[in-house]
Amino acid sequence: MVLIQEQSRAGRRSSAQAPLQEVEATSIPEQFRRKSRPALPEVSEMQVVRHYTRLSQKNFSIDTHFYPLGSCTMKYNPRGCNSLAMLPGFLGRHPEAPENHSQGFLACMHDLQETLKEVTGMRAVCLSPAAGSQGEFAGVAMIRAYHDARGDTARSEILVPDAAHGTNPASAVMCGYKVREIPTGLDGDMDVEALKQALGPQTAGIMLTNPSTLGVFDRRIGEIAKLVHEAGGLLYYDGANLNAILGKVRPGDMGFDVIHINLHKTFSTPHGGGGPGAGPVGVSARLEPYLPVPMVEKDGTNYRWLTERDRPETIGRLSAFAGNAGILLRAFVYARMIGREGMARVAEYSTLNANYMLKRLQKAGFEAAYPERRATHEFIITLRREARTLGVNTMDYAKRLLDYGFHAPTTYFPLLVPECLLIEPTESEDKETLDAFLEALITIEEEAESDPDLVKGAPHSLPVKRLDDVRAARELDLAWRPGADQEAD
Amino acid sequence: MSDFPTELKYAKTHEWARDEGDGTITVGITDHAQDQLGDLVFVDLPEEGDSVEAGEDCAVVESVKAASDIYSPASGEIIAVNSVLGESPELVNESAFGDGWLFKVKMSNPAELDNLLDANGYQEVAASEEH
Repeated sequence: MVLIQEQSRAGRRSSAQAPLQEVEATSIPEQFRRKSRPALPEVSEMQVVRHYTRLSQKNFSIDTHFYPLGSCTMKYNPRGCNSLAMLPGFLGRHPEAPENHSQGFLACMHDLQETLKEVTGMRAVCLSPAAGSQGEFAGVAMIRAYHDARGDTARSEILVPDAAHGTNPASAVMCGYKVREIPTGLDGDMDVEALKQALGPQTAGIMLTNPSTLGVFDRRIGEIAKLVHEAGGLLYYDGANLNAILGKVRPGDMGFDVIHINLHKTFSTPHGGGGPGAGPVGVSARLEPYLPVPMVEKDGTNYRWLTERDRPETIGRLSAFAGNAGILLRAFVYARMIGREGMARVAEYSTLNANYMLKRLQKAGFEAAYPERRATHEFIITLRREARTLGVNTMDYAKRLLDYGFHAPTTYFPLLVPECLLIEPTESEDKETLDAFLEALITIEEEAESDPDLVKGAPHSLPVKRLDDVRAARELDLAWRPGADQEAD
Repeated sequence: MSDFPTELKYAKTHEWARDEGDGTITVGITDHAQDQLGDLVFVDLPEEGDSVEAGEDCAVVESVKAASDIYSPASGEIIAVNSVLGESPELVNESAFGDGWLFKVKMSNPAELDNLLDANGYQEVAASEEH
């Protein structure tokens, strides 16, 4: 594949991308103006179209392939959400436009806040965190603000189960907390005895994903919430796996004080390339004063922004304006499109699909990580037997799946389960697609026994073959180098 | 099958410590640990002169699969680090108990070594994690 820069020829241009008129950048102070022209490729319009069309065809995406990437909820992104979020009134709205010119947009945002409040069982919601990680940061910052406001400053620890996403301990540390790990029992639920040992006057809170990353619902959540609250700590809900319980069980009813919701997962906005995301936060009554700003308030028949002026105890702003407006709009349309009943169907079909796949794989001889447990919207199989006896490991299976036209499931996460695949089909897929994926895994299992090198050398049918990921990490090949930014000027 | 040399002491967190008999220990990660991690691509070592507590994280090893904190098996002062690993992290995979050592600690409380596991005890820990 030739890079677009390599196709560049001096003087060639695409008038479609050229500015409509000459722009004089007189309002930019002299010291900030670049001294040389930007190194943009000089190519024709057709070259641009072909280049990016070809590039998109080399990708696996939810529009082209089954994408059962565990913990990521790669469900279908309905076209209706795109087209409505791209109405000219939304696309053309400037983020600094006055409130009286933004009533339609603000009404949608307010409705989304209300919908998320209701479906999660929280008292109030702020939409502005622009990713799950920002939502986590905001959530833990609010826990900190709550304890600080009470003068309860000796609370220095956040508890995190060993099955957690790595972002949880990272968020806690970012907010100045020490992290204490709580082990998981053999059945996949949290070790409540270990939790009791860990709780104390130093406990600021606990961060939980329920269902957990192990693909099981922690059945003792009521008891856990009681224990943590009795110790004076707060409960944080990581919304990564909300899809499994949407419209069925509400984190607020489980006893959580703060939650972030990944709209790009559960509410079906496009993601997969690192963004754009949306990680709204919801809180119980005691954390409400600390929510980030801006939020949207309905004042009679008008909508208006709530800012630092209205909410003096806020932890502040997390992004310019109100987060990724286009993503929030898509999530709003999705929520209105499927409605309350549709949300329950999301939970039902995503868990049905996962349990169907788990059972069929078990029947075919694959080993479930938690065989005695019902799967949630995702499940884990472990290929440790195959790795030990055949010398074919999970990464080999994952690469071979690409040859069969499937994006691989999540590999080697969670870290607690050796040689694991975390498989999340979502509710979008039909049975034929699930069956085809299962047949492919079963075929690969046969190949691993009869011709292990075939699997170990995969992928064979793609433009890029097996990458040497060790060499790639040891001998970094980066275009950027220190000082490169200055040289370009 | 991984090696479990009997002359070494082990931490549950997969470090080994060799008592050099002069109040210092040499520390590394076990053969079992490197096997589980896979090919290492980066090792972040402490600075000579740093003081460490037993159980304190003081180094990081990163493989293509995961990054793992390394905890000092004993309290004291870091008196040497295996700086060759900066260029050649693969030495940990090739020789976890030899050329792949990470750092040396001058112990402030040698009795802490008694809290560590022997080869049999660690072998049980390693085996239990397989399940």
